[in-house]
Amino acid sequence: MNVEQVKQWMQLFSAEIEKNKDYLSQLDTDIGDGDHGNNMARGVKAVEAGLAKDQPTDLAQTFKSIAMSLISKVGGASGPLYGTAFLEMAKAAKDDENDLPALLQAAAAGVAKRGGAKVGDKTMVDVWLPAAADAKQGQLNDAVIDKLVAATKPLRALKGRASYLGERSIGHLDPGAVSTGMLLKTLLQATK
Amino acid sequence: MAANTQTGMVLVSHVPEIVAGITKLIRQVAPDVALTTAGGTSDGDIGTDATHILQAIDANPATDLMVFYDLGSAKMNLDLVTDMTDKPLHRYDVAFVEGAYTCAALLQAGDSRAEIEKQLAPLKIK
Repeated sequence: MNVEQVKQWMQLFSAEIEKNKDYLSQLDTDIGDGDHGNNMARGVKAVEAGLAKDQPTDLAQTFKSIAMSLISKVGGASGPLYGTAFLEMAKAAKDDENDLPALLQAAAAGVAKRGGAKVGDKTMVDVWLPAAADAKQGQLNDAVIDKLVAATKPLRALKGRASYLGERSIGHLDPGAVSTGMLLKTLLQATK
Repeated sequence: MAANTQTGMVLVSHVPEIVAGITKLIRQVAPDVALTTAGGTSDGDIGTDATHILQAIDANPATDLMVFYDLGSAKMNLDLVTDMTDKPLHRYDVAFVEGAYTCAALLQAGDSRAEIEKQLAPLKIK
C-alpha cells in the first residue's frame, strides 16, 4: 500500500459514506442514538480536508492525518475507534514495508483495545478482528466482509449504546459493523 | 481543613447541560475544588471529542486529575487523551453524579486521592 492508494481509499470510503449516510443513521436510530451516518459523513469530509491541508508524503503521516481528523470531528464512539485504527496503522507503517495484513492486524487490535469489545458483542470488532485474520490468510474479499457484517444481526449487544436496549438490540445490524464493512471493501478496491 | 487543590476534577459529558448541572450541584459543597468540564463536542454537537476534553485538562490548575464521564465514547476519548497529555489522568468508571459529588466533597474536605478512591470503589457501575 502507498500514499496514493490510501488517498484513493479515503475518496472511495467518503463517497460510500455519503451515499449511505441516511441508511447508517437509520440503522443507528433502531438501536442507538441515530447519528452514525451524520457523524461519519462529517468525519470523512474532515479527512479529505485534512489530507489536502497536511499534504502527507509517507504512509505514517497519511494515516496520522486521517486519524486526527476522525478523532476531532466524528463526535460519537466511532471517532476514537476509527481514529485509533488509523493511529495504529500509522505506528505500524514503515517506508519499505507496506504489508496490508500487518497494518489491518494493528488496526483491528487497536480498535478492540480502545473499545474493550470482544467478537460477539455486536460491535465493529465483529468485523475488524475476523477480517484482519482473513487478510493474513489472503482470504479477505467482499463476500467475506458482507458475511461478517450480516452476522451482527441476530446478536444481542453487549457493548456500546445498543447494549442499553438488551434483548431489543437483537435483529438489527450493528451500524459500526456496517460502516467498518464499507471501510474494508473500499480498501480492497483501492489496493486491488 | 483546607481543600485539596493539588488534585483536580474533570467532568466529561455528551451535552453541555449535564456537566453544567453537576457543576452547580458540586459547587454548593465544594467551592474551592479545581474543576473543569467538557460537555458536548468542540462544534457544540451532542457527543464527545478528544480535542475538547484536552482543553478542559489544560485549563485545570491542578497537576493530578480525577476524571468522571457519562457514556462509552467519553471513556474512549478519555483513553485517547491520556496518551496526548503529560498530566496524570485517573478515570473512574463510577455512577457519574454520585461519583463526581463524592469526589468533590472529599477534595473540599482535604482528602487525598487514595482516600477518595476508597469511597468511589462501591460506586463502580461501568
